[in-house]
Amino acid sequence: MIDEFRLPLGDIVSDGIDVLTETFRPVFDLIRLVLVALYEAVEFVLMSPPFWVIIAIAAALAYFVKGWKFAVGTIVGLLVIVGVNQWDNSMASLALVLVASAIAIAISVPLGILAAASTRASATIRPILDFLQTMPAFVYLVPALILFRVGVVPGIVATIVFAMAPGVRFTELGIRGVDKEVVEAGHAFGSSPWRILRQIQLPLAMPTIMAGINQVIMLSLSMVVIAGLVGGGGLGSDVVQALSRIDVALGFEAGLSVVIIAIYLDRLTAALSGKRRSVWTPWRRKASPTQAAPATAPAPAAATTDAPVGASL
Amino acid sequence: MSSTSSVSVKNLYKVFGRRPKDAVRKLRDGTLRSELGQHETAAVIDASFDVKKGEIFVVMGLSGSGKSTLIRTLNGLLEPTSGTVTIDGTDISGIPAARLREVRQKKVSMVFQHFALFPHRTVLDNAAYGLEVQGVPRPERLRRARRIVNIVGLDGWADKYPSELSGGMQQRVGLARALATETDILLMDESFSALDPLIRREMQEQLLELQAELGKTIIFITHDLNEAMFLGDRIAVMRDGRIVQIGTPEEILTDPANDYVAQFVQDVDRARVLTAATVMEPARAVVPLSAGPRGALRVMRDLQAGAAFVLGRDRTLLGVVSDRHVMRQVKSNETNLSLVINQEHASVPADAALVDLFELAVESPLPIAVIDDKRRLLGVIPRVTLLAALGNVPTNTTPTTVMEPVSIIPDAELDAMLATPEHTLTAASNEGTLA
Repeated sequence: MIDEFRLPLGDIVSDGIDVLTETFRPVFDLIRLVLVALYEAVEFVLMSPPFWVIIAIAAALAYFVKGWKFAVGTIVGLLVIVGVNQWDNSMASLALVLVASAIAIAISVPLGILAAASTRASATIRPILDFLQTMPAFVYLVPALILFRVGVVPGIVATIVFAMAPGVRFTELGIRGVDKEVVEAGHAFGSSPWRILRQIQLPLAMPTIMAGINQVIMLSLSMVVIAGLVGGGGLGSDVVQALSRIDVALGFEAGLSVVIIAIYLDRLTAALSGKRRSVWTPWRRKASPTQAAPATAPAPAAATTDAPVGASL
Repeated sequence: MSSTSSVSVKNLYKVFGRRPKDAVRKLRDGTLRSELGQHETAAVIDASFDVKKGEIFVVMGLSGSGKSTLIRTLNGLLEPTSGTVTIDGTDISGIPAARLREVRQKKVSMVFQHFALFPHRTVLDNAAYGLEVQGVPRPERLRRARRIVNIVGLDGWADKYPSELSGGMQQRVGLARALATETDILLMDESFSALDPLIRREMQEQLLELQAELGKTIIFITHDLNEAMFLGDRIAVMRDGRIVQIGTPEEILTDPANDYVAQFVQDVDRARVLTAATVMEPARAVVPLSAGPRGALRVMRDLQAGAAFVLGRDRTLLGVVSDRHVMRQVKSNETNLSLVINQEHASVPADAALVDLFELAVESPLPIAVIDDKRRLLGVIPRVTLLAALGNVPTNTTPTTVMEPVSIIPDAELDAMLATPEHTLTAASNEGTLA
């Protein structure tokens, strides 16, 4: 008896996806078009100049947010990528990561704000995040493939879904962690909730939110390889190729390129979260060229945990 | 409400929990706070008071007595469960959020226990925050904020961040932020409790100075009775959500409403709280200057007093005469009493604290005269009264005349005493009062 019974959960989801595909075909086509356009635009920007221009810009950025050591490390690391002939693949992957992360952040930060503002929203969002975060990443690829067909888009969509959770969680945590009395002070002086969010909660939560953004980017990178499975191109396709051909050399070179980009992006965003005062609150006029106040929370330890290698660039 | 009260609270209840309205009904019907269900907590129960313009109204109670909840209903940070809060004639309970924000911007500002400064803003930008919210243009609000920052004594620190300041200085920023909005009403929630005792005293004194200068209406929350006594024009004592007594510091000290308040006030330094005006007694041995030596002598003899205060027109205190000198005048048929008036006697203003009277009381043979700013005699403080006030012993069981310097000159010996003119006034009256 028990042998015959089977909960048809998978079939239900599958049918649901079918219905979704049939009914909202134009919507998904539109999303697909937009994502392709975004991806190609970013890819174009990264690929059209010669590699040394991009390296120079990356190094300048590194110097600006952290210092000359980071800049030198950036140059060396990126030259290694060029040296193993993975530059174009890396830029394609980077474009995918940037597009996916940007969209994931654009969705997750407002969701986090909502969750922080309302306990009910938080109670609704939390289990969904748990679901998204623990579901094996590969699983997202299947419906994404059906909805968006082979190419870079299912990769981006799966990446967004997979990478979103920490963005929401850290934003909620950061805003809820802002001193209650300080928020109360905002209310007591007659500020609107919007002004309190903009002038008090977000700036004070920024180190935590930046740690979340850092996590989003790291998770996006980890999805790049998986996106290669569905024709995402870039480093992912080389890794998948290496796997199918048991090509250790190609696998190592493509993998190392992922590592280098990951470390660069991690250090860059981690440094940004530490520098929040000058970089992330542009509406605040710099009263004096003071250093960040000593009370500024050091970049949360979580910011660097995903760095695949301990060595700093 | 009267036009002079700027904050008026009527039958205010604040209950947290699932069914607050039910809890209020039960409380009205006489249910005790402790008998409410587990799901409801009554923080404020049936509070009513009026705060007059320019007054420092202190709400005092231990933690959990509901004072912080009470102050948060005054600017709508918490909505009362029942009852009304009226700010400057506007009932703020249940008004739309936008109107409430306007009240907070224009009428009421607040200073917090843990300062609640914005760590990402400079001192100046912190102070300017309220003005910024009001939409005051940047140069204007910085100018006004800078003025206030200087007033609270932070000149030179305007461009620092709060984390670079000490606790006392941080709270000055908190005070500056509240003052800069130029609201009439200032809510202060345990504002000095997180400071060191010395800094706290300094801040209290500064607050009184500012209050004298700016004439704000201040509602001050504290758990520190000495602070309440020092700052408050009137004090509301809260216990378990209820206001158990409202009165001036002297009233609370001398006439506690119940054992709880009495127990609370027993450790207060009474000498610092009580003023000359509260303990003084009516002066009996007074003579108008126009009564002449004979009149003076009659008064002193009737009261068995060795000396009397001489009053001019409008009860102006001219000085003291002793029976000995007056008798000499009577003997020599002199009629001008002013010739023997001794002006070197102890006198204090009505608001002098008792702590300042001891030295005078030790040095002065006569009761200390309490005078107003036009030197009119309001009353006197004999030493016994001073001691009784400190010990909180009622003085009305002993006739005050006994406390005047008793005349040691029996009627029959008048002539005999007149025969020894070398006897000085001070020597004689010293013996009299020390007896």
